[in-house]
Amino acid sequence: MTALLRTEGLTKHFPVRRGTLRRQAGTVQAVTDVSFQLDADETLAIVGESGCGKSTLGRALLRLHEPSGGKVWLKDMDITALNHQGLREARKHMQIIFQDPFGSLNPRMTVRETLSEPLLLHGLATSATVRAETDRLIDLCGLARWHAERYPHEFSGGQRQRVGIARALATRPMLIVCDEPVSALDVSVQAQIVNLLQDLQRELGMAYVFISHDLAVVRHIARKVAVMYLGRIVEEATTEALFTSPRHPYTRMLIDSAPRPDPTALRHKASAKGGTPSALAMPSGCAFHPRCVLADDRCRTIRPELRQVGQSRVACHFAETAISDNVVPTRADSPALMRRLAVLEQARAGQK
Amino acid sequence: MADPVLSLRDLDVRFNSDGHQLRVVNGVGFDLMAGQTLGLVGESGCGKSVTSLAIMRLLASPPAEIAGGEVIFENRDLLKLSKREMRELRGGRMGMIFQEPMTSLNPVYTCGSQIIESLRRHSGLTGKAARERAIELLETVRLPSPEKRVDDYPHQLSGGQRQRVMIALALANDPTVLIADEPTTALDVTIQAQILDLLRDLQERTGTAVLLITHDLGVVAETCQAVVVMYAGTVVERGDVSSIFADPQHPYTVGLMAAVPRMDAIQGRLTAIPGSVPPPWERVVGCRFAPRCPLADDRCRNERPALREIAPGHEIACWKAPIEGVSATGGQS
Repeated sequence: MTALLRTEGLTKHFPVRRGTLRRQAGTVQAVTDVSFQLDADETLAIVGESGCGKSTLGRALLRLHEPSGGKVWLKDMDITALNHQGLREARKHMQIIFQDPFGSLNPRMTVRETLSEPLLLHGLATSATVRAETDRLIDLCGLARWHAERYPHEFSGGQRQRVGIARALATRPMLIVCDEPVSALDVSVQAQIVNLLQDLQRELGMAYVFISHDLAVVRHIARKVAVMYLGRIVEEATTEALFTSPRHPYTRMLIDSAPRPDPTALRHKASAKGGTPSALAMPSGCAFHPRCVLADDRCRTIRPELRQVGQSRVACHFAETAISDNVVPTRADSPALMRRLAVLEQARAGQK
Repeated sequence: MADPVLSLRDLDVRFNSDGHQLRVVNGVGFDLMAGQTLGLVGESGCGKSVTSLAIMRLLASPPAEIAGGEVIFENRDLLKLSKREMRELRGGRMGMIFQEPMTSLNPVYTCGSQIIESLRRHSGLTGKAARERAIELLETVRLPSPEKRVDDYPHQLSGGQRQRVMIALALANDPTVLIADEPTTALDVTIQAQILDLLRDLQERTGTAVLLITHDLGVVAETCQAVVVMYAGTVVERGDVSSIFADPQHPYTVGLMAAVPRMDAIQGRLTAIPGSVPPPWERVVGCRFAPRCPLADDRCRNERPALREIAPGHEIACWKAPIEGVSATGGQS
């Protein structure tokens, strides 16, 4: 079976130009040599901190940024080889949701107009069927029918994200790139949107590339996780393996740094040191070595390749030896919380 | 128990806009004890930031109007102080840190000169002594090579480094209270961990009481001893951190805890709270959470519940608590 989405050596470098002659003064190596596979109805999370290239990767997958090198296949279609016409056709199958749907929705169009446009453009509906089709999308995303005639500014953040999701679903895509879709939302609303994305995937069977900086959300939504650091994947593993036994020291640092909503958790001093260096001046060898506790001379000179180690792919010279187990001990919820939650859920069910 | 260093009583803040009066903060009260970190937690629009700005008297008026209440600090009501007296306090015995240091640091002055300015104003240090103290402060907040960084402009520093400078500035005059409004929200998670570590260390060393405003329950669990949960301008629950996390009582707190995706638990479906926070222009007579609460009845919709003690040191504003006593059909009337 061929994968739904496959990239090989995907690279995006941005030239930096300076001075009056706009001479190239350097290159931002936003994404370098990224290869992964994703099956239908699967979710791959791309995690990393700001500037790691995760958003650029997401855009390069759809050629919203023209890749500087490498290949992207959607099923057996080579996305990177398509011409303008072909690309437009292919975009029907791959859509994107952004962090701030307000920036991606046309403020002068009602929800119905926003949803109708891709349907008519791609010939997925006629003027006779477009109304029924937009109603279907509105229902699917948990909006009310009367929302259809409203403008984006009339919605709350969560509702706007529902509109953004509905717009992405309009063309019945096989793949949706979700770029920090819940990062701007409050937790109670975030949970609604996370649930919606999971329900839609179960119902419609799309694959998600879920870009996020939030490890807790990632653990909840993804089956596989790729950790990026300065433009490269440094570790890729199943969610379970990544969180219980991270192999790359950077993955470990990320997990240790994330605050946990549990005051009884053992508080160890943050292992994190320093910040991400500029993508303009890449460190030699392993890009992570200036912040790494394990780094030795080899790390400072030779860049470790991403290679198979057990069930994971890891780019670290010490991947075989430095294994940490049970990094995130599973914690049971407080019984009082569960009991009260059950009361609320029961009452809520009774109201329906 | 020690006396509180900062006490809020029934704080009411209104915003006047287009002839409408928005009640943004509604009867908020709590005590911040010496040496304690108190987390003021809630979702956007709950009034937590407005509360902190009201304490420091930094709300622009108009449109904001502090309609009632008291803020007691060092036996004085801050709401009755003159502008000059407030200026004395701010940056002196009351330190502040905000989410985005770039907007609170002055871009045309070096980091050092901003700290020196504050030392001169509040502690009377000048010249070489002030500069040395500024370098010492930058060293305390673990800014690398402080003797060089002292002459850097804010834009020459990274986000995490700028936040360190802000902390140095806030602590310059040994404040009794530090008010930190989402101090790590704009930072990457590895930087956030370092800044939270730093705040904890400094607090242990100096004994400064910290009022931490945040939306992040993880940050609360890791740094606070006491918690005040706010919803739509009101306090719905308050207590020490272990009772809030292990024994949440208010339906909103329960919902909030269950909605947080967790790294350290295998969860099924997340439990979302249906609906969203009521906008401040919506008139709600009773409990502000009633429209989203499955247990709400007529009393909840018509009478506002006051905070009452449900366990020692644990208070809650809910007619129904303890909610496990509510029968499943009790919600529909």
